[in-house]
Amino acid sequence: MNTFKQHSILPGFNLALGFTLLYLSLIVLIPLSAAFIRTAELTWPEFWSVVTTPRVIASYRLTFGASFAAALVNAVFGLLVAWVLVRYHFPGKKLVDALVDLPFALPTAVAGIALTALYAGNGWIGQFLEPLGIKVAFTPLGIFVALTFIGLPFVVRTVQPVLEDIESELEEAAATLGANRWQTFTKVIFPVLFPALMTGFALAFARAIGEYGSVIFIAGNMPMVSEITPLLIITKLEQYDYAGATALSVVMLVISFILLLIINLLQWWSRRRSIRA
Amino acid sequence: MSTITFPVTTSANKQHATQEPAWVRRSLIGLALVFLTLFLFIPLISVFYEAFKKGVDVYLAAITDPDAVSAIKLTLTVAAIAVPLNLVFGIAAAWAIAKFEFRGKNLLITLIDLPFSVSPVVSGLIYVLVFGLQGWLGPWLAEHDIKIIFAVPGIVLATIFVTVPFIARELIPLMQAQGTEEEEAAVVLGASGWQTFYHVTIPNIKWGLLYGAILCNARAMGEFGAVSVVSGHIRGSTNTMPLHVEILYNEYNFAAAFAVASLLALLALVTLALKTLIEFRNQQHQKEVTNEH
Repeated sequence: MNTFKQHSILPGFNLALGFTLLYLSLIVLIPLSAAFIRTAELTWPEFWSVVTTPRVIASYRLTFGASFAAALVNAVFGLLVAWVLVRYHFPGKKLVDALVDLPFALPTAVAGIALTALYAGNGWIGQFLEPLGIKVAFTPLGIFVALTFIGLPFVVRTVQPVLEDIESELEEAAATLGANRWQTFTKVIFPVLFPALMTGFALAFARAIGEYGSVIFIAGNMPMVSEITPLLIITKLEQYDYAGATALSVVMLVISFILLLIINLLQWWSRRRSIRA
Repeated sequence: MSTITFPVTTSANKQHATQEPAWVRRSLIGLALVFLTLFLFIPLISVFYEAFKKGVDVYLAAITDPDAVSAIKLTLTVAAIAVPLNLVFGIAAAWAIAKFEFRGKNLLITLIDLPFSVSPVVSGLIYVLVFGLQGWLGPWLAEHDIKIIFAVPGIVLATIFVTVPFIARELIPLMQAQGTEEEEAAVVLGASGWQTFYHVTIPNIKWGLLYGAILCNARAMGEFGAVSVVSGHIRGSTNTMPLHVEILYNEYNFAAAFAVASLLALLALVTLALKTLIEFRNQQHQKEVTNEH
């Protein structure tokens, strides 16, 4: 008895699965394993000292801090945008809805130079902020702006379908029981949206941590101040410090995998919550 | 008279119970639009503004410059290799996952999604570790005079890596929802595997296929981080469009950088337009199907 696969009269299973596994191994799994195997050539203390130098720690702090702040802003405004797109009507709504995905489609380098031009001291937006003493381009604040841009669609696109599926009966019931709109939102609608909101937040955060293209133009890239971890990996590569670059990328990979696990759990939670609702 | 006003007031009250007051609605719409204007619309417009700021002549000169043309050609070539390969992979993966039940399926789906969660810089680095001079295959490749890193094959490989999931993750849920009855009927009636696939499966999934291919193509043409690590930035030879934008920008040749960038922004807009069209078509199609039942 073959317990690996259930019987089916359809052909092509072996060919399809075989090709899938071969392709995945050659393109994804073997190259990814190279990072771990090459890092294993370092001893544990060597590895630890490479990934905890002050310059590296400063880059973690910046990468995670800016990513967290950007994901948080996207959670708040993403929820707002999703709400407005699902619940209200206004001219140009279809166009706005389509353009929300722009950060997915626009190459990151283009986003990077456009945001830098806008937020530089003489740019369209920068010229109003500079007199107020707010410098955005070439500071950590610029990194936050770039990460907010690239993370923008995640929360909107995870919350939107859940919001569309909420039955109006629930809200009507809340209203008949005497709840006002704010109470209905906080006690009835928000709890249903919350898992999707968290999923969107985690997706935006995960994307922001690895982001490179849009950030390097606007960051200024000063060591200890505005240098993100992915840039540090490139810097080490350019100095032929392969061991250092690989060790850092293993740290990034492990963090990505943990985030991927958390996102899968959140999505599972979100599905269960919306089925019950 | 009172019989006319009475239903009007109740319907107004009913609307109030599950809707926000008009001023709340208007301020929420306003706030959302201000946010989107600042973070989306203005950056998009500024790309085209900066590109044409110095006039159409400068713009045309920038995009017809030999280095720009060779960057455009390389970008098209890379996408022309990466997208079809990922298309074949996406179909194979979706066929195995959606049409059959086997152990480890969820793990396989997670592995397919993996490249999405890897930083672009790391995506490039892992290929340097395999094919670079210091890498596993480096010495052998050097002996046989094959160049992968700092050459076109490396760019293609890194692009394939970052775009692996696009088509597969579009097809898997689509084919799972369609089930296996139609294909089983075809096989029972005597169709061969390939006949079943061509005449039954492909017509059912063609829009999903196109949707995935469009998104895959946009990412393949726009990828920056991964390609930047493996390219070596050799002008006129291993420079893709996004890398060319970076070089021009770092040389303070802003008008030219934005001119090339505007082509990529145009690609993004075309991608979004096609994506919206397909989504609209799917909605209409779904309505027709539910009306038929």
